[in-house]
Amino acid sequence: METLLELAQHYNYVVTIVLMMAGLYIVVARGNMVKKLIGLSIFQTSVYLLYIEPGKIIGGTAPIIDPAFSTYSNPLPHVLILTAIVVGVATLALGLALVVRINEAYGTIEEEEIFERDREE
Amino acid sequence: MSLDLILRVGTKLILPFILLFALYVQFHGEFGPGGGFQAGVITAGMVVLVAITFGLEAARRIAPQALVDRMVPLGALIYAGTGVVGLLLGENYLDYSVLAHDSAHGHELGIFLVEAGVLITVAGTMTALFYTFVERGR
Amino acid sequence: MNAVLLTLLAVVTIAVVRQRSLFGVVVLTIIYSFLMASVLIVLDAVDVAMTEASVGAGISTVILLATLHLIKTTEMRPVRARLLPLFVAAGTGAVLVWGTLVLPPFGTADAAIHRHVVPRYLAETIKETNVPNVVTAVLADYRSYDTLGETTVIFTAGIGVMLLLGGARHRGNADKENASK
Repeated sequence: METLLELAQHYNYVVTIVLMMAGLYIVVARGNMVKKLIGLSIFQTSVYLLYIEPGKIIGGTAPIIDPAFSTYSNPLPHVLILTAIVVGVATLALGLALVVRINEAYGTIEEEEIFERDREE
Repeated sequence: MSLDLILRVGTKLILPFILLFALYVQFHGEFGPGGGFQAGVITAGMVVLVAITFGLEAARRIAPQALVDRMVPLGALIYAGTGVVGLLLGENYLDYSVLAHDSAHGHELGIFLVEAGVLITVAGTMTALFYTFVERGR
Repeated sequence: MNAVLLTLLAVVTIAVVRQRSLFGVVVLTIIYSFLMASVLIVLDAVDVAMTEASVGAGISTVILLATLHLIKTTEMRPVRARLLPLFVAAGTGAVLVWGTLVLPPFGTADAAIHRHVVPRYLAETIKETNVPNVVTAVLADYRSYDTLGETTVIFTAGIGVMLLLGGARHRGNADKENASK
């Protein structure tokens, strides 16, 4: 019972882990390359959530200094995640460029068809 | 009246406001949410909107390929250059305190220049990505 | 509020796993990105929310749709039932959830991460830089090396994509030169 109570208090983290595992499952278990890249992107965004959630202070506000407020949420994870978001889109763009070239070389983007074609040669 | 017409007129009306919003986000990044990355992506989004609504030729009139090709490294050069200025004036690399007459103003000027560099690179790269992906299909 | 948005996110993700039409998957990704931006605003991360909304639902979608236009397939084949990845994902998830139970409860103000260097940033930003937005000040001043590296990463990605996919332009120019000789 205590475990259930703790899970309810940590509900945010549980859902973040569920998102992360869904992204991992898409990458591992689906053969379509574009869908794999989208699964990777879902995995990355769930990691952003995992970093930002501990930084929130209940009763605090956004970290912009203003004389009317005294408690601010932690700004350090925000900085790291800003960089991570942009790096994520750069990775997605390069991955999609590679998928376009693979499609031109093999005619398909399904993993199993590509392996079959390689095995035939 | 075809629906095409509504889209074209609406886009023509809203385009300058998108650019204005991008510049607002860039320059107000120090006082509210915003900064170089968001502004760069909104600027690239404006070029993409023009390309979708009016065709690729109209987008090339606004953002010619030569300009975009030069914007991509220019922003990184501005960023690294700000650091080198700090080095030439006797302090550490990327030290902003020597850029103006006193330390706080120097830091503010350094942040402004650095965010401008980031804006130019991000806007150029996102537009170049869009152009490259679309060119491949022709 | 937070719990509702997060549950919606989980539902959208399960839909992405099961959806087969690639165009539908892209639309679900747009919805996912906007829900993620809303969650980030509830968590007080306004800069990150603006970046995630514009990058995830803007540029990411445009590039995905441009790729789908080039690939010209929109349907996935029926998939074999794969139990091993499901067990691996479930097992890893259980271990990770057990690991996060050690974290302090959500939103406490005296957790360990609020203690080391963040109070100094929050106290000294206005005096040293005159910039009220602490995230911009930390990004462009206190941690500007990281931002320099990130700008280089974007620059490299742009050049990489132009090298991988830009050959058509130069081939076109070379053909025009050969034709005019």
